[in-house]
Amino acid sequence: MAKQHKPGDLDGRRRGLEEALAARRPKKPEDDGHANTRGVSGYGNALRLSSEFIAGIVVGAGLGWFIDRMAGTSPWGLIVFLLLGFGAGVLNVLRSAGQVAEFGAGAREGSDADPEEK
Amino acid sequence: MATDPIHQFEISRIIPIEIGGLDFSFTNSSAFMVATVAAAGAFLYLTTSSRGLIPSRLQSISEMTYEFIASMLRDAAGSQGMRFFPLVFSLFMFVLMANLLGMFPYFFTVTSHIVVTFALAILVIGTVLVYGFWKHGFGFLKLFVPEGVPAVLIPLVVAIEIVSFLSRPVSLSVRLFANMLAGHITLKVFAGFVTSLGALGVAGATGAILPLAMTVALTGLEFLVAFLQAYVFAVLTCMYLNDALHPGH
Repeated sequence: MAKQHKPGDLDGRRRGLEEALAARRPKKPEDDGHANTRGVSGYGNALRLSSEFIAGIVVGAGLGWFIDRMAGTSPWGLIVFLLLGFGAGVLNVLRSAGQVAEFGAGAREGSDADPEEK
Repeated sequence: MATDPIHQFEISRIIPIEIGGLDFSFTNSSAFMVATVAAAGAFLYLTTSSRGLIPSRLQSISEMTYEFIASMLRDAAGSQGMRFFPLVFSLFMFVLMANLLGMFPYFFTVTSHIVVTFALAILVIGTVLVYGFWKHGFGFLKLFVPEGVPAVLIPLVVAIEIVSFLSRPVSLSVRLFANMLAGHITLKVFAGFVTSLGALGVAGATGAILPLAMTVALTGLEFLVAFLQAYVFAVLTCMYLNDALHPGH
């Protein structure tokens, strides 16, 4: 930081300052979807994945129950949608763990920075 | 009553209002929502009002928050996503402020109620749906049809994808609400141990050091969680908005 500059050498001083700041600034974590799991690693991860899984099942069961209520097909809607919800829950977990491509699949890989694909 | 860990989440009516048989009362929750908005607005307004070229510390915080959200949104949804910046930034500030205000003793934590977080999540998903259909029409439905799936499996896969999509607001809201609720209950329980052990004489008072240390540590953790959950909420909002902007790819 203690570089010598001629007085009035504003550009030089600014560049020096920029370098010093860049050296001080902590490197940006380049991933944004998963940085949250690093701090309180296991705990955060567990909560995130379990909430994804449970949400899938709850929504599936809710949909099935609602359809049964509307169409009077009890218990078939609940059975079918609970199973679908189970599948969706597993899909959610794998997706948020980065094991399965995002919504709209496939063509996503490559340059298009996708936070879930790291 | 003081040691009841659930007591802090009770809703009480400050100004009872009833319109057409519906309860529109101004509750302590509403009061803290107003306080949250006021605090966030006042903070951003006051810290940036000097508009110094060389920012003061507080102005730096405002500017860093802005840049933090802006770069997050740009990374997740591209430069087109910037039209949603006001939404994402307001959501982030609201959740962050609500979480942090909840850390004050005797304050009410707005985000510890699922009805609040679910309303926020519905707002996000509603934006995604409305914008997606408005922009892409029925092309938006391509979101639910992954490429390269055998035709036989398409109905099953689409059904699973739809349930998975519908579960997003649920997991988004449950995550925020559960984190805040569990954190505050844990904090209260450990703090309760301190007082109840302290009442048991000298031996109890020395034993109370352990839960006291735990409470201090948990308070630090809670501040981390308060920020982290606001961050996660904003990140996921960005990713969902990305689906609205570019379905199917």
